[in-house]
Order: sequence, then C-alpha cells, then structure tokens
Amino acid sequence: MTLLETLTPVAATGSLSIAWLLIAIPLAVAGILLVVGRAGDAWGHLLGAAAPVAAFVIALVEFVELLGAPPAERAVSVPVYTWAETADRTIEISLLVDPLSILFALLVTGVGSLIFIYSIGYMVEDPKRRRFFAFLNIFLGAMLTLVLADNYIMLFIGWEGVGLASYLLIGFWQERTSAALAAKKAFLTNKVGDLGLLCASFAMFALFGSVSFADVNAAAPDMSHGWATALGLLLLLAACGKSAQVPLQVWLLDAMEGPTPVSALIHAATMVTAGVYLVVRSQAIFTLSDEAALAVAVVGLCSIFAGAWIGCAKDDIKKVLAGSTMSQIGYMMLAAGLGPAGVAFAIFHLLTHGMFKANMFLGAGAVMHGMGDDTDMRHFGALAKGMPWVFGTFAMGYLAIIGCPFFAGYYSKDHIINAAFGRGPVFGWLAIVGAAITAFYMTRLMMMTFFGPSRHLPGVHPHRPGPVMVIPLVILAIGSIIGGLVLNGWIQGWLSDAIGAEVEPVHIFETSAIAWITLLAVACGIVLGVLIYRRPIAQETPVSRNFFVNAGRNELYANAFNEAVFMRPGQRLCDGLELTDRYVVDGAVNGGVTLAKGASGLLRLLQNGYVRTYGALMTCGAVIVGAVMILGRLA
Amino acid sequence: MTSPTIEYGLIAPLLVLLGGAVCAVLVEALVPRTRRFGVQFGLAVIAQLIALTLVCAGWSVTPGVAVMGGLSIDGPTRIVWSLLLVFGLGATLLYGERRVSGGTSAFAAQAHTVPGSRAEHEAIAARQENTEVFVLLELSLFGMLVFPAANDLLTMFVALEILSLPLYVMCSLARRRRLLSQEAALKYFLLGAMSSALFLFGAALLYGFSGSFQFADIDAGITLGIESQTLLMAGLALTSIGVLFKIGAVPFHSWVPDVYTGAPTPVTAFMAVCTKLAAFGGLLRLLFVALGGARWDWQLVLAVIAVLTMVFGAVVGLAQNDVKRLLAYSSIAHAGFILVAVVGAMAGDALGEGLTGSVSGVMFYLAGYGLATMGAFAVLTMVRRSGGEATGFDAWAGLGRREPVLGAIMTLFLLSMAGIPLTGGFVGKLVAFVAGWQGGYAWLVVVAIVMSLVTAGFYFRLVKIMYFDEPDASVDVVKAGTPTWVVIIVGAVGTLVLGLAPGSVLDLFTSAAGFLR
Repeated sequence: MTLLETLTPVAATGSLSIAWLLIAIPLAVAGILLVVGRAGDAWGHLLGAAAPVAAFVIALVEFVELLGAPPAERAVSVPVYTWAETADRTIEISLLVDPLSILFALLVTGVGSLIFIYSIGYMVEDPKRRRFFAFLNIFLGAMLTLVLADNYIMLFIGWEGVGLASYLLIGFWQERTSAALAAKKAFLTNKVGDLGLLCASFAMFALFGSVSFADVNAAAPDMSHGWATALGLLLLLAACGKSAQVPLQVWLLDAMEGPTPVSALIHAATMVTAGVYLVVRSQAIFTLSDEAALAVAVVGLCSIFAGAWIGCAKDDIKKVLAGSTMSQIGYMMLAAGLGPAGVAFAIFHLLTHGMFKANMFLGAGAVMHGMGDDTDMRHFGALAKGMPWVFGTFAMGYLAIIGCPFFAGYYSKDHIINAAFGRGPVFGWLAIVGAAITAFYMTRLMMMTFFGPSRHLPGVHPHRPGPVMVIPLVILAIGSIIGGLVLNGWIQGWLSDAIGAEVEPVHIFETSAIAWITLLAVACGIVLGVLIYRRPIAQETPVSRNFFVNAGRNELYANAFNEAVFMRPGQRLCDGLELTDRYVVDGAVNGGVTLAKGASGLLRLLQNGYVRTYGALMTCGAVIVGAVMILGRLA
Repeated sequence: MTSPTIEYGLIAPLLVLLGGAVCAVLVEALVPRTRRFGVQFGLAVIAQLIALTLVCAGWSVTPGVAVMGGLSIDGPTRIVWSLLLVFGLGATLLYGERRVSGGTSAFAAQAHTVPGSRAEHEAIAARQENTEVFVLLELSLFGMLVFPAANDLLTMFVALEILSLPLYVMCSLARRRRLLSQEAALKYFLLGAMSSALFLFGAALLYGFSGSFQFADIDAGITLGIESQTLLMAGLALTSIGVLFKIGAVPFHSWVPDVYTGAPTPVTAFMAVCTKLAAFGGLLRLLFVALGGARWDWQLVLAVIAVLTMVFGAVVGLAQNDVKRLLAYSSIAHAGFILVAVVGAMAGDALGEGLTGSVSGVMFYLAGYGLATMGAFAVLTMVRRSGGEATGFDAWAGLGRREPVLGAIMTLFLLSMAGIPLTGGFVGKLVAFVAGWQGGYAWLVVVAIVMSLVTAGFYFRLVKIMYFDEPDASVDVVKAGTPTWVVIIVGAVGTLVLGLAPGSVLDLFTSAAGFLR
C-alpha cells in the first residue's frame, strides 16, 4: 500500500516558485506595522488585512497550477535559500507545496482573509488595533511556514511561531490579569507538546540522518517497530499540545480570553488543527506502529467526549464553542488514527470545520459586540429577532456542525463514523454517541442565545453589526452550507491521486444503516436540547449537586489535577532548587569567579608597563618554546 | 653571474603601492599645506584601489615565483593581498576622517613638538595637520604585502622591517594623550627590535642548517635529513618567535595592550587587522613551506602557545573596564583561536570535497575578524567626551538606547567576535576549529571552544552595559563623516554576508590555498 506523501517532490516551476511570498508577505507586513509605530495607526489595519488577501490569491494561483499538473507531479519542492553546502551535507531551506499543504494554505489564507476583514470592524474601538494586525500577520506567516515546511525543523520553527503569536494574541488585552494568565498557561502547556516534537526531530536525525519529510518517509520502513512507536507517541504528544487534546487540553478554554477573531482564526479554524496536520504528515510513521495509531484514535475519542462534556455544562458562549472545537478536533484525530482509510476524511473534516467553526465564532463575536462584551448565555435570549443576520449565519454553522444532511459537517463527520466502524464497532458507536451529544449542546447554545424570552441585563441594547462584519459571516455561512457538497466527491481523489490508494464511493445522501442511525442519534440530541431549554432559564448559574454538571463546569477538574500533581510539587521543587542554587551552586560559581578574577589580577601584574618586564617575559617565552621543543623530541 | 629578471606583471600591485608612497613623499614637498591632507588622502585611496584592482585581475594569472625566487605570487599570497588591501583601505578611510574630532584628524599637529610645549600650541592654533601618516601607511602596507609573499628568509626579514618601522612612528602620533602614545611607540620599538633580532638570528641558524635562505632549500634540507638537528630546531624556534611577536601570541604579547591603547585609534585598527593578517600569512608560509617537514616539532609548540594565548586573552579580558583595551585582549584571544587552525596543518585538498584546510580556515577567520574589529574601532572613534575618545565602560553605558542604529551595529560586531551563528565570526571559528580537529588536535579544539565561551562573557558584558545601564550625559556620540560610516557599514554588511552566505568566499579561499615554492 502506498501512502500519503511518499512522492518525491519535483522542482518548482512557474508560479509555484514564488511560494515563499506566501510566508514573506505577512511577515513583512507584520514587520512594517511594528516598526512604523503610531504613524501607521491610520492605515495599519488596511495593510494588515491586505496581506492575507494577497497570500490567498497566490495560494489560489498555485492551487490551480497543481490542479492542472499530472498527479505524480503535484508535490513540488521550492528551494528558497542554501545556507551552507558541503560534500556530504547541504543545509538548505526549501518549501514543499503538495496537495495537502496547498489545501492548508488555502484554508489559512482564505478563512484568514475573512477574519482579518471582520477584525477591522471588531477592533475598531481598540487603540492597539495596528498592533493587533501585526500580531495576526505574524501568526499568518508562522502558520504558513508550518504547513509549507519540507522538514520537521522548519515545521518546528513555524510551530513555535504560531505558539508565540497565540501567546501574544491571547494576552492581547494584557491589562487583564485573566488574559495574561491565560496566555502564560497556553504557552506553558504548549511547551510540553513542543518537547515531544523536538525529541521526535532529534530521534529522526539520529535514525535517518535527515529531518526532511521525503527522507524520513523513504527511510521509515527500515526502522524498528519500537522506534516507530516511540516516534509516533512523541509526535502525538506534540499534536496533543497544539490541538488541545486530552491530556493537554487545559489551555484552550482559557485561551478564549483573547479577542474573538483570534479565537475564530487561531483557536478554532487553523492553529489548533496543526496537530492533526502533523499526524497526517507523519502517516509513514504511524502506519508502521499499530500501537501509536491506536493511541491517536483513543486520544481523539477521549477528546470528543471531554470537549462535549464541557460544552454541555458551560454557560459562556465562547467556552461552549471552545469545548466543541476540542471535540471536533477529536473527530479529526480519531480519523487520523484510523490509518489510510481515515486520513483524507480527517483533512476533509478539518476543512469544513475550519469554515463552520470560524463562522460560529465570528457570530458569537458579533453577539458579544452587540451585548456589551458579555459572554454569558444566561444573559442572552431572543436574539433571533434582534440580530437576524447573525442568527441566520450562525444557524448555518449550527446545522453544519450537528451534521444536518447536505450541510458541510454532515459529509465529513459521516465518513469518519463509517471509517471508525471499520476499525471496530466500539469506535463507531462511541463516535455516534459523540455526534448525539454535539447535537444536544449545540441546540442548547442556540436555544439559550437566540430563542426564548429576553434575559438581557439592564442597560444592554443589542445592536446589529456593520457590513464589514456581516459580509465575512455570510461568506463563511455559504461555506458551511456547500463546503461539504463541493469537497465530498473530490477530496479523496485529490489527496489520493498522488498516492494511488483506492477512492471509496460517496453519495450525496448516504442510505446505509450507519447513516440512518447517526441521523437518528442527532435528532435525539436536538429534541432533548429543545425540550430541556424550552423551559425558563435563570439569569444566574444555579448551584448544582450533580457530579456531571459540576465536573463539566470545572473543565473536568483538569486544572485542579494539574495544580495538585504538577504545580505544587513543581513549586516545592523550585523552592528546594533555589536554596541549592543559592548556597551550593552560587557558592561554587562565585568561588570560580573569584578564582578567575584572582588569576586575572595576577596575570595583570605582568602587564605592569615596564619594557624590561616585557623583554624578560619574551626571553622566558623563548626558553619555554625551546624547552617544549626539546621535550617534544624526547617524548 | 646572471642578470636579474623581474616579473613586472606578477608584482604590479606592489609596485603601484610603492609608487603611490613615493608620489606621496613628493606631495609632502610640493603641495601647499592647506590642501595636503585631502590630496594625500585621495592619493592613498587611489593607489590602494588600483593595487586592489590589479590583485583581483591577477587571480586568473597562473601563480609564479617572481624576482629571482624572492617572492612567491601564489594563491595564499593573493588571498592575503586582497584582504590586506581591503582592510588597508578601511584603515585609510579612518585615517582620513576629520569630522569626529571637530575638523582635525586623529594625529598630532606636529609630531616633533614636545607635548605641552608652546610649539605644540602654536601648531594646533595654526590648525596644522600631520599628513605624513599616509606615506607611512602606504609604506607599511607595502611591507605587509611583501611579507607573506616572501619566498626566502632575507626578503621576509626585510619586509618585516619595512612593515614595522612605519608602524612604530605611527603609534607615536596621537593628537591627544601624546605622552602615552609616545611611550607606547617606544615600547613597541624596543620590543620589536628584540623580536627582529631573534628572527634574524633564527634565519642565520637556518642558513647554517641548510646553506640557503630559500624556503625550498630549507625544506629540501629537512627532507634529506641533514644531521645538524640542533641548528634546525633553534632556527625554527627563533624565526617563529619573531613572527609570533607580530601576531601578539602569548608570551610575546606584552606590547599589545599598551600599544593598542596608546596608539591613535585608526592606527590601532590598522595594526589589529592588517599586521595580524600579514603576520599570519607569513607564519603560514614559513611553517608550511620552509619548515613543513619539521611539523612534528612545531605543532606541539604552537599548540602550547595557542592554549596560553587563548587562556590569557580570555581570562584577562574579563577584568577589563575599557573598550579599547578590551579589544586589545580580544585580539590576543583571537590570535590563539587562529593558531588552532595553524596547528592543524591540514591542506584543504588532502581532506576531500567540502572540507577547508588550515590556510583557508585562517584566512576566512581573519576576514571575519577584520571586518568586525575594524568596524568596532570605527564605532570607538565616535564615542567621545569633551572632544577626546571615551573608551571606559561607564562612557558606553546606555549607548544602545541613545543610538539604536550604532548600538545595533556594535552589537553585531561583538556577536561576530563572540562567534554567534549567522555572523562571519561564527563561520570563521567553525572552519578554523574544524581544521584543527582534522589535524588531530581535538583537545586543543575543546580548549578553544571553552575559551570562546569565556570571551563571549566579556563581549556580552559590553552589550549589557550598552543596553541596560543608565546613559552618561557627559558622553557625546558625535556625527561621523562618510569615511567612518563606509567602514562601519561595510563591516556590518560583510559580517552578515560572511555569516549568511559563506559558501562562495570559502570556495574561493579553499581553491587558492595551495602554496608555491
């Protein structure tokens, strides 16, 4: 069986050779915005929003070029820069444009363009808007580096870059303690995952002498099963950190402290899916180790339920969406862990999710904007009338995520459930249950936000967003409706043309037993949600004794667990180390410095300014030279 | 007796430079005083530019031995010549800078007046300028060009004297703190005379050993296994000491801190870069061409000297509180690092594709070191307090915050000297240490790496002072004229280029690294 990405890249020609501009444009714009300072306040946002559009155009041109290329020549290597060239090793930086990375580039720049434009309106009153756009462009450049890299080290550079941008943007309103802490938490949790990626890269370099995708894929079949499992688990750790999967999921909910466009772009549509991308890119390793692939699938399943659980319990609209992101990425991970059968569907779901989740996040942002930056759904209600455009577009996202037939999520999720049954009935059934819960909590969100009587706080008067925010919503809503239909028949072929794997037949409407059962489960979830949340809803969160509710509200006690198991012992360790450092290490270092300074002082005595001393020193030196020579002869 | 033949084509750059110097003497006699400085400056720049053009044009000409076996115009010679003329131009530009010190050059108005005397005040009041420095510079540079090209011990000795004597004079010419400057010159002269004597004695002993001053004959004598090994070893030791003195290797370094501090800064820059270049070129030729057969003798000695030099430069540098003196100690440490490559004694072509040998390692290191050092000295001339250069660390506090561009460039130079990747200094250290490693001196490379960490300590300390300490209001960062900025910018760009794209330069150096006897 041939696998994804085992093609040897061909050299770039035509428009593909300018792929580096994809990365250079956003980074250059970010640099300009940061350097010009306040002088750019008047036009910074326009320049900032132009960068992703330009990048999108380039990506589109390259996509068309790849479409026209014969399948075997769709993986293209774009050399950028040769740093050093020697006989046995060339250190070269080049990009890889292939069916997978170009899809990502399109998603990042396409959804990115819409969100950047939306941000012009969203951040209109923020005095730091120019800086915001600079950070967004840093993110864009880093994300494109990540997906266009042709080796793990460059991928890692992009990986760290998006982590940095995420940190800067979560903590964008740094004057809020909660935002600053959330940023720090996201950064630290990500570092745990980054360790996995670094170790995996080191191991690959030791095993294969190279970290480029092509070399690793070519050499992977020769490695031992143990190494394959180890590499797979390390990469999974990295993916868990970036994609907020169990057990490194804790940062994602707090990350909602950032401005909502950031949540939409980075923490829903693009960056958090980088983990899925990593697993898909490294399929050559995961196919060699069943255990590692199984671990991926299990992590995916756990995350589906952890996210859904949190989504059911939270009252904060952004946190519900964050829980649902975690859960949906769980589906992608599950698919990525199913081997070649699922990989294409993981990417499929990733793309549709990118559209409908960005849509919903931007919708939630519009709601917040109109409600005076309140995010508590218990203070919403009756917004379907107050904000018809927002409601209409949000509803499209809703129908897409629950898997309503003919909407985007329907196709991608159904394929994953089907493929999960191929792995084993347990996986399949759990995936169906997950879909039912998704339908339940999303219905809950819709009911609490848009229907029922108004529970607005006094003094809040919902106002409608302007066109600069509505137009991106409409475009994303259209994507949420037709995205699945458009990609359904095509994406398998696109990703497998290159690989020669078999394409499973797909239909506009599935009529298999599994499809019907899934639809039934989703319907149950919707009905249950409507029935429960038709009842009056209190403005304050009621106290609950129910363990499940409390666990969900407390994010499954993951924070408490981390505090007890890692933070406090870590603090104690630090205290102990600090004492050791102060008395033992400092003592040694200070001693060493004193010694060096003493030696320095002694040697300076020789530098006394008298020529006679210098002359004597030279004479002594001549004697030493002679002595060493004679000793060398004798030895 | 055959009549002597002279290959004018091969030695044209030498003749141009010497011709320039002779013309400069005429300028002294004929051009009015008011216009002399500009004319001398222009003449020096033009002469060196022509010489540089000739050297570049000569790269394609087949290497050959010229002037009856006296000079060997081969690849290494051409590398050193190119570098020497580039850095010589840089030094000339610094010599010609008059804006930093309010319209006067860095040199004494009238060198022969007694410091503090009425004659001196009169000379200053009349705004007299010392223009002979340009003649001295050209003559010294001529000696430096001959030195690494010399193919016999006598030519080498004469070249050593030609390059040294003008240097002694130039050291004494500082406009400010003249007593310090004159003292430095006297010390340099006395110790230099002593080292010349040692070199000459060594040359005589080697003549006694082989019956010839020609490097080829000395090499043949070693290969044939002539009995009198004592003569060989003593001659080897003494001639090496003569050259090691110019390099500033420990324990023949004592003059370096005092002379670098006392000499006018442009002269210090010239000495720190060009003298070192010429001396290393000469050392490589002496050791590889004439004494290559005795390498088992000199490798160990040089290894010991390299260790002493690195340790001394790095450790004593830690205790410095003056930028000019710090650069002096740093230049001692760098000499030690370069000696690591010399000790390796690897020919590039023996190592196979992709590896550079000792010669290109040394030369590349010197190129990176020269760019950063000359640039750093140029920056040094711009930091002033009440008219004179302010070289104390306290004066440099907060410089990076007051002058972001200058601070960033100086930081780049310091990073390059510390050997941080993406700068020329890093690649230089890499190729130099690899040459030492390939030559079987792994332990020496380990010492070198540890010591480069120690040197990084004092470079970073200066960076810290430049960015994190409170600025001193009494210090001015004066506006410099074009010449100084050209040196600074070429240094910065060159440092980056050598760090980011070292390939072509390394290839060029490696392909030209073969000596000709």
